[in-house]
Amino acid sequence: MSQTLEGLAAIVNEVAGTPIEDITAEKSFVDDLDIDSLSMVEVVMACEDKFGVSIPDGEVKNLRTVGDAVAYIDAQS
Amino acid sequence: MTDSTRRVVVTGLGATTPVGGDVATTWAGLLRGRSGVRMLEDERYTDLPVRFAGQVAVEPLEVMDRVEARKLDRCQQLALIAAREAWADSAQPDLDPERLGIAFATGIGGIVSLLDNYDTLLARGWSRVSPMSVPQLMPNGAAAWVGLDLGAKAGIHTPVSACASGAEAIGYALEMIRSGRADVVVAGGTEACIHPITIAAFAAMRALSTRNEDPTHASRPYDLGRDGFVMGEGAGALVLESAEHAAARGARIYAEVASVGMTADGHHIAQPDPEGAGAARAMRLALEGAGASPTDVIHINAHATSTPQGDIAEATAIKSVLGTSVDDVAVSGTKSMTGHLLGGAGAVESVAAILALHNRIAPVTANLENPDPEIGLNVVSGEPRKLRDGDAVVLNNSFGFGGHNVALIFRSV
Repeated sequence: MSQTLEGLAAIVNEVAGTPIEDITAEKSFVDDLDIDSLSMVEVVMACEDKFGVSIPDGEVKNLRTVGDAVAYIDAQS
Repeated sequence: MTDSTRRVVVTGLGATTPVGGDVATTWAGLLRGRSGVRMLEDERYTDLPVRFAGQVAVEPLEVMDRVEARKLDRCQQLALIAAREAWADSAQPDLDPERLGIAFATGIGGIVSLLDNYDTLLARGWSRVSPMSVPQLMPNGAAAWVGLDLGAKAGIHTPVSACASGAEAIGYALEMIRSGRADVVVAGGTEACIHPITIAAFAAMRALSTRNEDPTHASRPYDLGRDGFVMGEGAGALVLESAEHAAARGARIYAEVASVGMTADGHHIAQPDPEGAGAARAMRLALEGAGASPTDVIHINAHATSTPQGDIAEATAIKSVLGTSVDDVAVSGTKSMTGHLLGGAGAVESVAAILALHNRIAPVTANLENPDPEIGLNVVSGEPRKLRDGDAVVLNNSFGFGGHNVALIFRSV
């Protein structure tokens, strides 16, 4: 597990309660992880704080899976 | 179609209060005179004239999942805890969701979440304000969460009438079933607004007791030494059900919700009418609606907030309504132990009134050491009091800033 994935998994676990081991790259935030649009805002805020990146609103719709988010964060940082 | 003869009964009770984390613990505490009022230890209260309040006996996180709790304002957490207990206590009626309604009140709503998010806005800017802050602050949030939890679709409602809100919700639920809109309604009230600004604001009205040296004795309805109310937090919930529906499923029935009387004082934004005329009208309307006479009343759970004027105004109203029967009616002021739960008060005190009727025992009024001679009621103090058997009704009064008066009558079954 990459450090980014590990950090993101901790955030998703905090927001949605999903077990850490179930939070893998191919999982969809909405379909698999019980993250609705409001929870997604919380995930984005926490990612910005944790990884020191900026994730504009226009970008959030492209972050469908955990892997998408990890790739975006890694490219920014 | 409204059918005022449709009987409505109570089949489930729930509560989380400063005296106990559920109905059984709260009720046992109210019979023993146990105070739930404690010092506020947070340093933000140090310079305030009031540094104590009735804080819930069981923190929500002790009985609620962390992930669920973090989405909710504290008043919503307490509402869900009480509503789930009431629903379980009613043995979870199985019905069409479109026949299940919610009437869950609050006087203040999610003000602490709002304030916390304002602090975040000032410290870190708008981008760190929680996306849950609107659902947390909206006054209908607690009712909406209870409705989502139970899948209720007949309608979700939040009466707001300050300290009468919880009782008004029960009245609304009664009318919802009588009007044919629902067969079962979860009704209640919740409040969790203990915060330096609310303490300061009520203190600015000179409405709060300032007995900082002795908080468990600060709420003392009907006592000559009373000097204001004590803020409290908590929630109460009732499952109301049409009598036919309850009978068809063989439900355990605590009492009938016989009627509600609601009036307005038209007197002052925050002072009670000294004669209690509006309160008396509410009680008379409730008695008429129930087809009951003063001699049928065995117990009153009074509003009795422990303010110098309010207790006298209510007592005056009670005496004018009950006449010579007043000496036979056991009056209890349970805010002496819980503090004043504001929008939760009418619901928690209805739970207490129903249990008093069901178990035929009236809870105590704690801290009554020097009875105010102007009160002139038969107040239960010291020990709980046995109530007579046979057909009877009990009354629960709730009044709110703004001049709201709600009197509920529960009848034995």
